[in-house]
Amino acid sequence: MRISEHWLREWVDPPLDSQSLAEQLTMAGLEVDAVMAAGADFTRVVVGQVVDLHPHPDAERLRIAQVKVSSTQTLHIVCGADNVRVGLCAPTALAGAELPGGVTIADTEMRGVISQGMLCSARELGLGDDASGLMELPEDSLPGQPVQELLELDDQVFEIDLTPNRGDCLSLAGIAREVGVLNRLAVTPPAIPTIQPLSGKQFPVMLAAPEDCPRYAGRVIQHVDPVAPTPLWMVERLRRAGIRSLGPLVDVTNYVMLELGQPLHAFDLDKLDAGIVVRRATGEESLELLNGQTVTPDEDTLLITDASGPLALAGIMGGARSECDAQTVSVLLESAFFAPLAIAGRARRYGLHTDASHRFERGVDPTLQVRAVERASQLLIAIAGGRAGPLIDVTAPEYLPTHSTVMLRHARLTQVLGQHILPEEVSDSLQRLGMMVKATDAGWRVTPPPFRFDITLEADLIEEIGRVHGYHRLPSRQPLVRLQPGSCPERRLDASQLADALVLRDYQEIISYSFVPADLQQALLPQYPDITLSNPISADLAVMRCSLWPGLIRAMDYNRKRQQERVRLFETGLVFQGDPTAPEQIEMIGGLISGSRLSEQWGAPLQSVDFYDLKGDVAALLALTGAATGFRYIARSHPALHPGQSACIEHQGEPVGWLGALHPALAKQWAAGTGVFLFELRINAWAQAHQPLFQALSKFPYSRRDLAVLLDETMTAERLVETLHKLGGSALRHAMVFDVYRGKGVPEGQKSMACSLIFQGFEDNLTDQAIDRLVIGIVQGLKQELDARLRD
Amino acid sequence: MLTIKENRVEDLQQLLVQAQREIAAADDSAALEQLRVHYLGKKGQLTAQLKQLGQLPPEQRPQAGQAINEAKQTLQQALELRRHALQAADLEARLASEAVDVTLPGRGSGIGGRHPLSRTLDRIEHFFRRMSFEVASGPEIEDDFHNFEALNIPAHHPARAMHDTFYFPSGLLLRTHTSNMQIRVMEQQPPPLRLIAMGRVYRCDYDQTHSPMFHQIEGLVVDEAISFADLKGMLYDFLRAFFEDDNLELRFRPSYFPFTEPSAEVDIRRNGGDWLEVLGCGMVHPEVFRHVDIDSERYTGYAFGLGAERLTMLRYGVNDLRLFFDNDIRFLQQFR
Repeated sequence: MRISEHWLREWVDPPLDSQSLAEQLTMAGLEVDAVMAAGADFTRVVVGQVVDLHPHPDAERLRIAQVKVSSTQTLHIVCGADNVRVGLCAPTALAGAELPGGVTIADTEMRGVISQGMLCSARELGLGDDASGLMELPEDSLPGQPVQELLELDDQVFEIDLTPNRGDCLSLAGIAREVGVLNRLAVTPPAIPTIQPLSGKQFPVMLAAPEDCPRYAGRVIQHVDPVAPTPLWMVERLRRAGIRSLGPLVDVTNYVMLELGQPLHAFDLDKLDAGIVVRRATGEESLELLNGQTVTPDEDTLLITDASGPLALAGIMGGARSECDAQTVSVLLESAFFAPLAIAGRARRYGLHTDASHRFERGVDPTLQVRAVERASQLLIAIAGGRAGPLIDVTAPEYLPTHSTVMLRHARLTQVLGQHILPEEVSDSLQRLGMMVKATDAGWRVTPPPFRFDITLEADLIEEIGRVHGYHRLPSRQPLVRLQPGSCPERRLDASQLADALVLRDYQEIISYSFVPADLQQALLPQYPDITLSNPISADLAVMRCSLWPGLIRAMDYNRKRQQERVRLFETGLVFQGDPTAPEQIEMIGGLISGSRLSEQWGAPLQSVDFYDLKGDVAALLALTGAATGFRYIARSHPALHPGQSACIEHQGEPVGWLGALHPALAKQWAAGTGVFLFELRINAWAQAHQPLFQALSKFPYSRRDLAVLLDETMTAERLVETLHKLGGSALRHAMVFDVYRGKGVPEGQKSMACSLIFQGFEDNLTDQAIDRLVIGIVQGLKQELDARLRD
Repeated sequence: MLTIKENRVEDLQQLLVQAQREIAAADDSAALEQLRVHYLGKKGQLTAQLKQLGQLPPEQRPQAGQAINEAKQTLQQALELRRHALQAADLEARLASEAVDVTLPGRGSGIGGRHPLSRTLDRIEHFFRRMSFEVASGPEIEDDFHNFEALNIPAHHPARAMHDTFYFPSGLLLRTHTSNMQIRVMEQQPPPLRLIAMGRVYRCDYDQTHSPMFHQIEGLVVDEAISFADLKGMLYDFLRAFFEDDNLELRFRPSYFPFTEPSAEVDIRRNGGDWLEVLGCGMVHPEVFRHVDIDSERYTGYAFGLGAERLTMLRYGVNDLRLFFDNDIRFLQQFR
């Protein structure tokens, strides 16, 4: 909310400068976002009065005005504005004037006529958007008076960012009350008279939804002048609050809303049919709003209607049918109380947000309506004339909000704030905040004022006291705690340890959005149903990721497009799979490598990464469990992966992850190139480390024997090593494949695998003869079990 | 006879001088070995002289023998010295030939790096673990109860409008803050509680200063007699530790969150600059305790919520939020 400082100081005037006052408000929870000068910077602009007017001899659209700029001086000024006329007072920029935007005014020749200055529009002075004509100053203004002085432009505008609980501060009255409390000063509101009706004109009002609208006040005012000029002081106060002047009928309602916090509406009385009924919408009526939008309000929406149908969205916006215009003769002012819950969320439903809905959602003082009608009547009659009818005040008192008392215990206050606050200060603060306070044995019995919708509990009062006292004056202390030993599990592997391991293996962590393009995800992982957002930021970010791969691929693509050819990325985080109404949220770690194995260097050849580079990294992660042999790599196809370079990783028979080469067709479409390798592991399924258990070491030396065997091409290394161990028994400590060969000397469809066998006795040393016997047994066994024969 | 003897002595001297000269001139071990054979070998010159001793008169033999032996020892020493010298030179030459340019880069891969936000989250976690906080984690797709209702944000509450929530057709939503973890933990564990929860949160807002996904760190302490003073003390200590600045200024500004009362926002200021908002906090609202069945008469607590992006930007001078999620390697590697 924006508010003029001058206006505020008419109500309460603390001995503080603008900055200090702003800071005081901020530190009381009314955050002042900005303190702005009320007017833009300009010099040498004075009131000028047009005393004579002639056509320009050489230009049809221009006229030459004689402008009086002091009791003795008159200037010739060439002007093209439509509203220039004799008697008009307008801001006049004298030669040498500097206007906003760096414009300097000098005597200039315009088509052969010297213009000794310039008559200004509001926009030229930075005082509004209106550039349609000259800015009109009151006709009784004194020629020569600086415009800054006339408009009191030495004022500041406070822009205050209010929290949603402080609807009571959405008015000058509310801010002034806070300033009064903080400075312990009395607040002086303007006197609001009771208007004596000059006519008997009434208008019937029926509250058909009294729980939503328990009070509807108003007044008929006949014979108003809808085009009377709004006084400059009101236009300026509205402007400083960020509201444009739209004629006296609208200006007055806006002004009273700013001043008191009561949103008002003015209907054109002659466009109303029979009487006002406040009711819920039927769901089948349509309503054209003031902004030209047509809505069909749902049954949850409160309407102001008459016999012909809807007139307005209650508490949100008026309708076009009953809009006041330049022909309006009589108005019905509306000043209602709508229950916050009847308005909350409705404006947004229709894509609207108005000053009225903003206030009603947060709560308007239910005792304010009549006062607001009186104030609006007073101002409207003063500006636009008219004959006031009697006050209309239809109330369903049983539905008006009530405030129960709240008990505040002094001991609790002290405990929560950590500081004892003097009882006199507590009761004084509460009273200045508008509360009724009665001392009790333990503290106070407090009745909050009707404009406070946020005080229902003791904690709410504690906050008020703390806030007014000043958080900065409350103490601060370091913790004194009873420590309980937390668990410190040795075997827990967390994502952070895995991440650190990948960093040491030259992987860069990324963080990508959890929502990904649906088409990319469908292409990679068609097996998962889309979990789609109802209101995504964009179609590109519409489905929740079911894997880390889409994000990794996008990040790789982003970097490749920026000349980063060698990419090694990883990410950890949740992925979302399964039933969209109850998705599984699974913590994953995934990675992607592409480009050269090592960054280019003098001492190593440049080679592209392959499946086994990736597998080495995955195996290193799994080795952190201390039980790497518990994981199996099973050749299995995956929609995203190359069918011949893809493996499912199983742990204790459960799939826990995948690795492989991105399918070349997908790589071409989504990653601008091939040679991309991906892995993903489900952390929770295996991130439990093995607790080491000591095993005695053998005292005897080991012996190594190497075997090369011919095997069918489909035989796996895993199967071979398993068979070797089975055949070798406990004396075979270790077996591994150290070479794989295809080509000359190896029949088509077969491969040669060279294995090393490490034998070692534990109880006693193994003799060469004993090892030879074992090897012979192994060779025979391989022949039988794997159809493998020794390579010559 | 005398002449013969003198001649012998003279010959030996000459031989010795010549041999020493030749040894000194030998420039590799093969030449040295040749010399050894030439003088001291079975058919060597000194050996030949020894063999001729028998031809001398017996009274001369001991003297001549001694002279020859001394010459032999002298030569052996010279050979040995020269061998050492040659070996040392050989070693030196070999070592010189094996010298490397130590400024060439080492072989193998470099190291990668954590994301700057992870770096911040890790530092924060580290601080709070030292202050004996536990770390909790939980779901990002959340239900209305844990994200809003139990945090005292009923339907139609104006605060919901500030949250710009992402919804799913099922009515589930993406958590808008990590405060859901307050509820999830308090549902499961009785006080006393000291915990932090960190992670991704989501709001339907995207421009230069808003990302639809960002990271928060939630803190919650519930115990008997926890006061606003405890909250202030903890945040003073945390922020000063985070920025490693004991003179960091803080101000606690009253604010509003439905799930805390009193509520505050905390601004920081460094070196007399502008105040910058860094977090929201407050005393746990009694209504929140009611939802999780904790006796708010017996227990009080405080909660705070930090934005990881904001803290990271302030700490490292990052000037554009969007950089965190572009994942440009050239940006990320600045945080190795």
